[in-house]
Amino acid sequence: MSPPTDTTTKPWDDIPGTYVQDGDHYRRGYRLNMLLMTLNTEEGRRAFAADEAGSLDRAGVTPEQKRAVLDRDWLAMLRLGANVYYLLKLAAHDRVSVQHMAGSMSGISEQEFIDMMVSGGRSPEGNLYTDATEGGS
Amino acid sequence: MARIVGGVGTSHVPAIGAASDNDKTGDDYWAPLFAGYGPAREWIRRVDPDVAIIVYNDHATAFSLQLIPTFGLGMGSEYPPADEGYGPRRVPMVHGDEKLSWHLAESLVVNDEIDITFVNDLHVDHGLTVPLTIMCDRPEEWPFRVIPLAVNVIQYPQPTGHRCLELGRAIRRAVESYPEDLRVVVFGTGGMSHQLQGERAGLINREFDLAFLDRLVADPDGQAAVPHVDYLRQAGSEGLELIMWLVMRGALGGDVREVYRHYHVPASNTAAGLIVLEPVGDKG
Repeated sequence: MSPPTDTTTKPWDDIPGTYVQDGDHYRRGYRLNMLLMTLNTEEGRRAFAADEAGSLDRAGVTPEQKRAVLDRDWLAMLRLGANVYYLLKLAAHDRVSVQHMAGSMSGISEQEFIDMMVSGGRSPEGNLYTDATEGGS
Repeated sequence: MARIVGGVGTSHVPAIGAASDNDKTGDDYWAPLFAGYGPAREWIRRVDPDVAIIVYNDHATAFSLQLIPTFGLGMGSEYPPADEGYGPRRVPMVHGDEKLSWHLAESLVVNDEIDITFVNDLHVDHGLTVPLTIMCDRPEEWPFRVIPLAVNVIQYPQPTGHRCLELGRAIRRAVESYPEDLRVVVFGTGGMSHQLQGERAGLINREFDLAFLDRLVADPDGQAAVPHVDYLRQAGSEGLELIMWLVMRGALGGDVREVYRHYHVPASNTAAGLIVLEPVGDKG
């Protein structure tokens, strides 16, 4: 999943389904995250709602990032450098829940996600290492 | 002379604040969590602090990727609740204590050589206001002054656990050298296990969380030596917020008495924990 710009191995590489906000992620997502930051103000939210594509162009994001935002492909945005706290601004703007966003990223519905949390959350068992010998999923 | 009379570790999940703001605390979903806050609220009423130093993280609100203070100390006289996308929370203005802030800054930088960033104009987000709700419910005015201490837990490299613990110990020395007779509590906030992002979103690790609480009380230096990758792996990517509880623990000094503990899953996508500690063996 790692883009070709990442050349070093990192101690968190074998944590499954986790996108760490390191220097590579920072550089990849800087412009996108700074655009999402504008959603903290009513003025910024209005400007974005009025012209999403234009806002993305003016922010200088990549075509892939633009597509992911317009499609509300939450996992793609994350993989392309968005940080989850910045994505929450977009979720708030869209008036969708954190469970909707997290469910979308992990391939289940909002209700399935809510139910999973109520029954104790996603188990650590099999979810701590990508290495199959450690029981990774 | 000022002294530290207690410490609170608590999650700061935004949905907890929303549940309080929207009168949902009696709902089936929220009632067990809020019922567990009662004894902690009684404790803080009894302790009746003058000031709370609240260690929290900003969530892309006052700070962005443009500027990331590792430790940002609030220096203001007031800190308005921030707009995080839904408009500001309808909670009271957070009032500061400028004199104590400047004393802390001087003591930390000059005596302990911990080079914090000074933050004067600071809108505070759920990371700071939800712990106030958890401990104080919905008063007309917050019952004590607040000094925010924002920690970078979002962008790698975050400060080490050891550094957080040492910062807390330096805060204790700073408070104890303040001439005014103030009662100070320290909040460490964030956590417990949660992962908001990616294919593994929703991870909850009860075993890790409870072990963290035990070790926070009994072996803070041991807990402070735990590398960040262990938190990321075991407590989820956002579970790393727990390092902020080490600042609180450091501020309480050597031995502590565990007054109260509460743990509940879920609060939104998170395991919610709460611990109340008092220093023992000295009166500061």
